[in-house]
Amino acid sequence: MSLTAVSGKSRLPAGIGLAPPSKTGDKLFRFVTWAMALMVLLLLLLVALTLCRGSAQSLSKFGFDYFVHTNWDPVNGDYGALPFIYGTLVSSFLGLLIALPLSLGTAIYLTELAPGWIRQPAISMIEMLAAIPSVVFGVWGMYVLVPWLQNGPYTLLSDFLGFLPTFSGPISGRCMLSAAIVIAIMILPIITSIAREVFRAVPLSQREAAYALGATRWEVTRLAVLTFSIRGIFGAAMLGLGRALGETMAVTMVIGNADVISKTFFSPGNTLASKMANEYAETPAGLHLSALFELALMLLLVTVATNIVARVMIGAMGGSKIGRA
Amino acid sequence: MNDWFHKWRKIKSTFISALCLLCALVVIAPLALVLFTLVKNGASSLDWNFFTQLPSPPGESGGGMANAIVGSLVLIGLAGLVGVPIGVLGGIYLSEFGSPRMNGSVRFAADILNGTPSIVWGIVVYALVVVPMKGYSAYAAGLALGFMMVPIVIRTTEEMMALVPNSYREAAFALGIPHWRIVLNIVLKTAGKGIITGILLAAARVAGETAPLLFTASGNNFFNHNLAQPIEALPMQIFTYALSPYDDWHRQAWAGSLVLIVFALSLNIGVRWVTGGRAPHLTK
Repeated sequence: MSLTAVSGKSRLPAGIGLAPPSKTGDKLFRFVTWAMALMVLLLLLLVALTLCRGSAQSLSKFGFDYFVHTNWDPVNGDYGALPFIYGTLVSSFLGLLIALPLSLGTAIYLTELAPGWIRQPAISMIEMLAAIPSVVFGVWGMYVLVPWLQNGPYTLLSDFLGFLPTFSGPISGRCMLSAAIVIAIMILPIITSIAREVFRAVPLSQREAAYALGATRWEVTRLAVLTFSIRGIFGAAMLGLGRALGETMAVTMVIGNADVISKTFFSPGNTLASKMANEYAETPAGLHLSALFELALMLLLVTVATNIVARVMIGAMGGSKIGRA
Repeated sequence: MNDWFHKWRKIKSTFISALCLLCALVVIAPLALVLFTLVKNGASSLDWNFFTQLPSPPGESGGGMANAIVGSLVLIGLAGLVGVPIGVLGGIYLSEFGSPRMNGSVRFAADILNGTPSIVWGIVVYALVVVPMKGYSAYAAGLALGFMMVPIVIRTTEEMMALVPNSYREAAFALGIPHWRIVLNIVLKTAGKGIITGILLAAARVAGETAPLLFTASGNNFFNHNLAQPIEALPMQIFTYALSPYDDWHRQAWAGSLVLIVFALSLNIGVRWVTGGRAPHLTK
């Protein structure tokens, strides 16, 4: 529309100068978009400030004790977060340990080995896996995965590896290991997709050079691809870890929700996120709520830290891609 | 001896290739298993009542999740009202006006926000809205989901607008069109399909979120006629029903999960199909 208006005016007789277009619209538009972009920064600040303010009471009352005490006792107003810190770390790292090799294998298959007609459908399926809501994984985990694990694999693990403290003791279906497995399934897509991009960023000449030296397919992958992308792989793992740490609904539904610290993976537990999800209905304002905010603050800090490391590592990969050109 | 070594290397290579294929199958297996069980357990409880009736007390047959389905749609709408303007306009700034420094920090913040656990959003909005308003509400839940949409929408808008060739902008400048009209009528329009795709994917993602709703929407067994009141949402209803001790409710939870996943996946597949695979990837 504006095009016709402008070209229409240009047919005016010479001598009648066109007023320059007003700058007000531009300035206003620029300001509005700038404000909205700034909003993203403010949002981050808002999240951090809200959590700090919310947890102030708990921070000042318990100080460092909060991180080493094991009791969460609303009746006596005593709060310690150690079981949840422990549960979060164990379930997340265990999940990452399961997911990382599977994701790397898949990414290698998709970039180096798979025939063209398999590639796209497989990638789409992995993206669909990422689109499944957490609560659906929870329902499936609770009623299908956990009973199956308890009757089959867990019994086997307990029989053959029962001498290890981590696989000893009575088997509870909803336990740390179940949470780790569900977490692993949920972070598979993100690690796979980042690792795939990282592998694809490896220059073809690297692979060709290795082939020219007579390397087999695996040797090419190991020498040219994996060695070249080690930082990116680390970044992908950290990004997966960030997701694992904050995973809430599915974990809440399969971890058993017990505030205990136990050596065995077959024992129920709780994570920072699942503890928060459990207490949603019963949060009177005051110390209890403040302690809950401190859980959220801790969770925010660790996920921010892992995300920053991941971005730096993956960014470094992108940098090498640019440097190549 | 040399021959033997050569054979061993080849065997090793083939073995590891097979292992990688196995990994790929293991990664895809959960998708197939989840879809299979959802259809097996959910399809039988999916009937007309499910979509039109309010929940019935445990033990009574019939009943549905009409309130939760409507509630979810309302919440997606509210979330869009918050997330889309901020995301699209912010994305326009990054792509058309931004300085490297500002862009770097906004992108960084968006990536951090994207990685923020959803339950943290819930508790933040709880402090910001629920406590001052003295009650759970649809507004609070919509705001939490809207905040979660922002990082996704802003990044896709920026990416999609950056794909528009500069010659379009230059041609428009040469015609003397004001900059803001160029951005809105030419650049945004050209990138429109991709941006809408990003918005739909963001909506599909927040539609499945449960954790932020626990602290904000709180649930409601009836239709919500007042957005300042608690509201039910499909994922939350599924959560409540799955944890309940009643078989009837479990069946409804399966049916609800099936509806939720069909919604999420069809939106995902649909937009990818429409845009021919050029859609932004949410797994990033």
